[in-house]
Amino acid sequence: MNQLTLAIIFYVFAALTVLSAAFVVFSKNIIYSAFSLLFTFFGVAALYVFLSADFIAVTQVVVYVGGILVLLLFGVMFTNTIMQAELKTDVLHVVPGTLLLILMIAGMLYTFYTTGDWMPGEAQLQGSVVQRIGFETMSHFMLPFEMASIVLLVALLGAAFLARFDKAHKNEH
Amino acid sequence: MSQSPSLNTWSDALSGFHLGWFPLGLVIVAAIPLVFIALYALTYGVYGERKISAFMQDRLGPMEVGKWGILQTLADILKLLQKEDIVPTAADKFLFVIGPLVMFVGSFLAFAVLPFGPAFIGADLNVGLFYAIGIVALEVVGILASGWGSNNKWALYGAVRSVAQIVSYEIPASMALLCGAMMSGTLSMQQFSVLQSGPYGFAHFYLFNNPIAWLPFIIYFIASLAETNRAPFDIPEAESELVAGFFTEYTGMKFAMFFLAEYGSMFMVSAVISIVFLGGWNSPLPNIGGFALNDLTNGPVWGAFWIIMKGFFFIFVQMWLRWTLPRLRVDQLMYLCWKVLTPFAFVAFVLTAIWEIYK
Repeated sequence: MNQLTLAIIFYVFAALTVLSAAFVVFSKNIIYSAFSLLFTFFGVAALYVFLSADFIAVTQVVVYVGGILVLLLFGVMFTNTIMQAELKTDVLHVVPGTLLLILMIAGMLYTFYTTGDWMPGEAQLQGSVVQRIGFETMSHFMLPFEMASIVLLVALLGAAFLARFDKAHKNEH
Repeated sequence: MSQSPSLNTWSDALSGFHLGWFPLGLVIVAAIPLVFIALYALTYGVYGERKISAFMQDRLGPMEVGKWGILQTLADILKLLQKEDIVPTAADKFLFVIGPLVMFVGSFLAFAVLPFGPAFIGADLNVGLFYAIGIVALEVVGILASGWGSNNKWALYGAVRSVAQIVSYEIPASMALLCGAMMSGTLSMQQFSVLQSGPYGFAHFYLFNNPIAWLPFIIYFIASLAETNRAPFDIPEAESELVAGFFTEYTGMKFAMFFLAEYGSMFMVSAVISIVFLGGWNSPLPNIGGFALNDLTNGPVWGAFWIIMKGFFFIFVQMWLRWTLPRLRVDQLMYLCWKVLTPFAFVAFVLTAIWEIYK
């Protein structure tokens, strides 16, 4: 694939990400906001592919589209009065907001220009990325990995406890 | 591996083809699975399913249009094209229209990593299998969009049932495929097939190569039935309770789009199970002494033949089960997923790990 085609595809995905993210924020309809998030997540996944991070890209789709977005849509759809809910999208606190915005952009630009070389290098990734991620999780990052698994286990137990059919409570009625 | 040097030659040659700056070859590579889905859904999908169901029930099936009713599907397409494209006034117009499109795209995107033989694959990702499981998420959002957009109680219930089912069954399905990934040590769909090739044909397939492989194989097959909303897990479109589930309100080509998406994902899960456990595009025939049957029946064209035939075999089993088993209740469905398939998938995972370490 030549450079021009790559550039066109990149800008299409970048525009998709930014525009759909803007739609999420500015839309008055919460259902449309939720569905617009789908395109934002996909655009971000595509940008990961441009960084040669295919594993992260697929994980992005699995976790955000398959997990978080579906959960969000379920929550939105099961709320009866969701279409009547008043969404606040008017502008408040102009001066502090602008200040915060400028500070954040300045901070990001500072990090961008001071932290290393952001352009992709010539060195191509060799072999399977998944394999390397596996080795790293099982060696250098063993402790955070195990801690995350304990956190997830506790969350699972909590969810199962909350959702459980309560026999004692049922008998009282 | 004798095939390794010639891996992906056709798709690589095609993708290098440019028309000016326009990468026409890449578009053709993407169009081939699309044409395949359309052709197979028309012939084997619709006509085949009607004929097979007829034979299961000792009927003749479609017999009027053409000899043995071969042209019945063409007549059906003409009918679908002529149907009025109704959008209910109370429906959410945008979501109603975009729902079937998102669902079909979700089903079609998975074909990017499906190797049609050793010489052709859309994209030989090193996370191919993970991608094929993960991209189903898009289909889920399409189902929710069409179910909510129809503004119909049946459609919404169908969509919610379907999504709950797909999301739950993803867990045993992924665990079962993870067993396959442990046997091969890769997630690339092409490498899966390359690692299962050898002179003795089927004896190199993971299903026959490992004493535990049948357990994840069966778990994935059951879970894949649920993921594609096929009987006995077709409660999202249970005719007797929900009319037609999430596509109750759809007519004409939008309705046909749901069918294409369903047939697309049916072939995809069948192809995934054949790639992970049954050698993908490898010939199952062994070399018998001096008669090199395996070498004769391997190659780019034979590869395409084998992968499609293996896929069609599993689709046949899916159709067979549809006309054999009664539908499960919602609570039975969840019981089967969380209390039967998931624990057994974990057992299979541990046993496969032990086998892989100590074999």
